[in-house]
Amino acid sequence: MLDDFLLRAGLAAIGLSLATGPLGSFVVWRRMAYFGDATAHAAILGVALALATDLPIGLGTLTVALAMAVTVAGLSARGWAMDTTLGVLAHSALAFGLVAVSFFPAVRTNLSSYLFGDILAVSRGELALVWLGSFAVLALLVWRWQALLTATLSEDLAHAAGIRPDRERLVLVLALALVVAVALKIVGALLIAAMLIIPAATARGLARTPEAMAALAAAAGAASGLGGLGLSLWQDTPTGPSIIVVAAGLFALVSLRRPG
Amino acid sequence: MTLIAAAHVCVRFGATEVLHDISLTVSKGEIVTILGPNGSGKSTLLRALLGIVPVAEGRITRAPGLKIGYVPQKLTIDRTMPITVRRFLSLPARVSDAAAAGALARVGMAGHEADQMTALSGGQQQRVLLARALLGAPQLLMLDEPTQGLDQPGEAAFYRLIEEVRRDTGAAVLMISHDLHVVMAASDRVICLNGHICCEGTPRVVSNAPEYRALFGLGTQGALALYRHDHDHGHEGGPHHHDHDHDHQRGRHEHDHA
Repeated sequence: MLDDFLLRAGLAAIGLSLATGPLGSFVVWRRMAYFGDATAHAAILGVALALATDLPIGLGTLTVALAMAVTVAGLSARGWAMDTTLGVLAHSALAFGLVAVSFFPAVRTNLSSYLFGDILAVSRGELALVWLGSFAVLALLVWRWQALLTATLSEDLAHAAGIRPDRERLVLVLALALVVAVALKIVGALLIAAMLIIPAATARGLARTPEAMAALAAAAGAASGLGGLGLSLWQDTPTGPSIIVVAAGLFALVSLRRPG
Repeated sequence: MTLIAAAHVCVRFGATEVLHDISLTVSKGEIVTILGPNGSGKSTLLRALLGIVPVAEGRITRAPGLKIGYVPQKLTIDRTMPITVRRFLSLPARVSDAAAAGALARVGMAGHEADQMTALSGGQQQRVLLARALLGAPQLLMLDEPTQGLDQPGEAAFYRLIEEVRRDTGAAVLMISHDLHVVMAASDRVICLNGHICCEGTPRVVSNAPEYRALFGLGTQGALALYRHDHDHGHEGGPHHHDHDHDHQRGRHEHDHA
């Protein structure tokens, strides 16, 4: 039954949303938007690495995204000027990645699938990886949920309760790298951060508790994924950007509905 | 029984020594206040005792299994985080609805479960923070200037609440203040801090200590005189004029908020 490419694409979008909803909520709460960007942009460099070493693309992206995320987390812990540092890292990672992949003619021809995703070409194996990765992220977040929330509200309160905020930050870093690796195929390196932030921002206007926000963000992400697929079919538009367009539309609707 | 003890503790930020040779103990059921001017290392001391700030020298020992309830100076919740009072009380450990309702009633916030944390006033938020700390059944409450930003009646009410909590639960209290009024009224013991411990003892002893007077200067003597005027007619001390004291006191408060 998974022969239909549309069905696979829809399922991939839903699977990804399970992870991006809750993780995106943390990205919003902790103001890690740029952090997400830097990690996601590093994925292109990961593609180049994978091609150069004959590793699977997913493994290459995961490795480089993880390295980038750990670097950024380490720098932020040392109190660097984060806005500037992240800007430097995010954009150089993308530029280095683009230059590196240009050495591989195969990628050169379909570079846009790495930048904007290629959800319609998701294979069965890739679909399984998306769900596996998303479940891993979701399980990680659920397991650490109480501690993560406490550390997000106040590092001091967390410390006083015997929670180590640096360890919880590492959990988010790991989850982010996993999501980047999983989402590259679906929305592409340039739009992963959007997939994290926009549905969570949409959910913020409707939720009264963190859990509700995370769940609504997942729902908004899934709806955007399916809606974007529909838009893409109907108007023959690129699918990745179409998903984000629908997400942004949902955000606008919710924002207009609730003034302030 | 000693709940927490610091022995010759030094804390450094880079090359700057913020705390020098601090030794103190807090025993079961007592209310101890750390008093000091801005920048004297009060918060750092509390954070060192909590294990948030690493200690460069010396030792901090806690009674085995000591349960600490911490109330920070202020909790700034990002507006992007929706969270109700009820949900907040279940962090980091989940508590039953009955326990949450009981803790809220204890601090005079009954029925506020469904309120958003970001919609609370400063005083309400401090009460909720205290309720959350109490839910852990602490043997020691640590409060970092818990009444900052409250008006004077709100402040007085908050400290009455602290005394009630001590009476009802037997918890010891270690708190930071820069307000002599509060110290006089609600503490068993005062530790006067300015990078090192200048003096310590009962509130009355400390308020008469030359180190304390040197540290706080004339402004606080005004407030002290005002305090005595209000609460302690029998020991009315030096000559002072009422308006004069008010001016001093207002001046000091502006200084503290600057």
